[in-house]
Amino acid sequence: MPDWFKRTTDGLQPKTRKSIPDGVWIKCESCSESLFKKELERNLSVCPKCGNHFRISSNEYIEILLDEGSVDEHDAGLKSTDILKFKDSIKYSDRIVKYTRKSGFKDAIRCFSGSMDGILVQLAVMDFAFMGGSVGSVVGEKFCRAVLRAVEAPCPMVAVSCSGGMRMQEGIFSLMQMAKSSAILTKLSAIKQPYISILTNPTTGGTTASFAMLGDINIAEPGALIGFAGPRVIKQTIGQDLPEGFQSSDFVMEHGFMDMIVERKELKKRIVTLLGLLDGRSSS
Amino acid sequence: MKRHTIDFERPLHELEDKINELEKASCDGEVKMEKEVERLRKKMEKMRKNIYSNLNRWQRVQLARHPNRPYTLDYINYISNDFIELKGDRNFREDESIIAGIGHWQDLSVVIIGHQKGRGTRQNLMRNFGMPHPEGYRKALRVMKLAEKFNLPVITLIDTPGAYPGDKAEERGQSSAIAENLSFMAALKVPIVAVVIGEGGSGGALALGVADRIFMLQNSIYSVISPEGCASILYRDASHAPEAADAMKITAQDLLEHNVIDKIIDEPLGGAHNNPEGVAQNISQIVYDAIIELNGMTPEARIEARIDKYMKIGRWIEE
Repeated sequence: MPDWFKRTTDGLQPKTRKSIPDGVWIKCESCSESLFKKELERNLSVCPKCGNHFRISSNEYIEILLDEGSVDEHDAGLKSTDILKFKDSIKYSDRIVKYTRKSGFKDAIRCFSGSMDGILVQLAVMDFAFMGGSVGSVVGEKFCRAVLRAVEAPCPMVAVSCSGGMRMQEGIFSLMQMAKSSAILTKLSAIKQPYISILTNPTTGGTTASFAMLGDINIAEPGALIGFAGPRVIKQTIGQDLPEGFQSSDFVMEHGFMDMIVERKELKKRIVTLLGLLDGRSSS
Repeated sequence: MKRHTIDFERPLHELEDKINELEKASCDGEVKMEKEVERLRKKMEKMRKNIYSNLNRWQRVQLARHPNRPYTLDYINYISNDFIELKGDRNFREDESIIAGIGHWQDLSVVIIGHQKGRGTRQNLMRNFGMPHPEGYRKALRVMKLAEKFNLPVITLIDTPGAYPGDKAEERGQSSAIAENLSFMAALKVPIVAVVIGEGGSGGALALGVADRIFMLQNSIYSVISPEGCASILYRDASHAPEAADAMKITAQDLLEHNVIDKIIDEPLGGAHNNPEGVAQNISQIVYDAIIELNGMTPEARIEARIDKYMKIGRWIEE
């Protein structure tokens, strides 16, 4: 019997698969467009098709906001400690180690002095990669030190928030960081230096209910989730689904709590303009 | 008020019932049992002491939420005989989950602001279970401004499960309202003293709690999130609340140990509801003494010390 079913040539066999290196293409979580990673990064991680702002790290905000070569990081050595001997599925002390390794940073905020088009500022940037940008003692302390540097300089303070809220693992110490950060900002206010607060996706819980909402100017990035309670908790409370766009940047601005929504690529220019206008001396 | 039994109080209340029964029978002349009653009474007192002197954290949570526990208005009625309530935030509406007003505190004219829970369903609906909307916090803010204008010390009584997490509260800016209060209280020119009388629920409590002195009643709690909320996030199950209460260390004793509060105000054995008037007297005196002390400072020195006190809260390692 002839071997009819056996292929004698391998002409139709697939050749070696063209390998696409991992992570060259990224799918936009909003419009599902496949985006070339390099191009996306060139566009400050904003989808060129739908304008979706991807979450970016503190490093990228520094590049976007501060003048090259002007950047000086402060208090990078501050790290969290397990005050309460807190343990859930894993120990808090282990969680700190895990996120330090994962994010490359010691906690969820990084503070810099630098200039924006030549204007000296103190910049505090939160990083969601460290425990969801949760606020504990270190975030509170570093934020306050940055504000005190601004008071000392004196110069404006700019903060970029990205945070799920207070860090449960530090219990009451976390809650008190809301009071601490709000209290120190009154000193900056007293010497009439501006505080610009930028709220990115997401900014919720105690972070919103303290320093993030206290800007002389509050700026939201487009499409951010901004609120006090999380959507799941609200849904549970009222027993209904929330309308599309609830707690979005547009929603929060429409209800009167944001001065403006500014696209990432316009952010630096807008802040520089604002700082110029707020500086009363520039008109004389 | 109807007696309310928390699970750990059951043996005590059963014994109390038994004694009452025996006494009744004894009075009716059926049998003489004075000796037995006497013996049981001693046993009950011993048991009472034993139970209430070794309360664990979850039991304190239950006492802090006890339905018969005195609330803000109860204390105000005991302490201030001429209190006048001021309503409304002058902006949107009156929020009855926060009480604000002026009155005498011993010989001082003061502003008193506090969360107000309700007793029973009807009252609780009116008071929204002591969970304020933004307008509640804004009322507190405008009354604090009044205090500053007329140089009156501010006393706040804290007792809330938390700021209300509903859609309308979000729309009207819950986070902004809380943040504005934190900021205003930090730089308030008059003395401000806060007392946690029951539940200190997260940002909703703190929004009345930035103060020169912070006191807590012996069976009150103060935490970053409710034990149930913490348990449902970290242990994926709200029934682990007792463990969450332990993990977060939320009792007055814990907070004093960590230097977050200044003093614990004693309650009678079994909780404040066993002698509301006595607890009110304790609160009245301790707060009064604090205000007299604070009145001795200039406003600038007071504000500086207040901000400094918060600057010291937190623990970290510096490398």
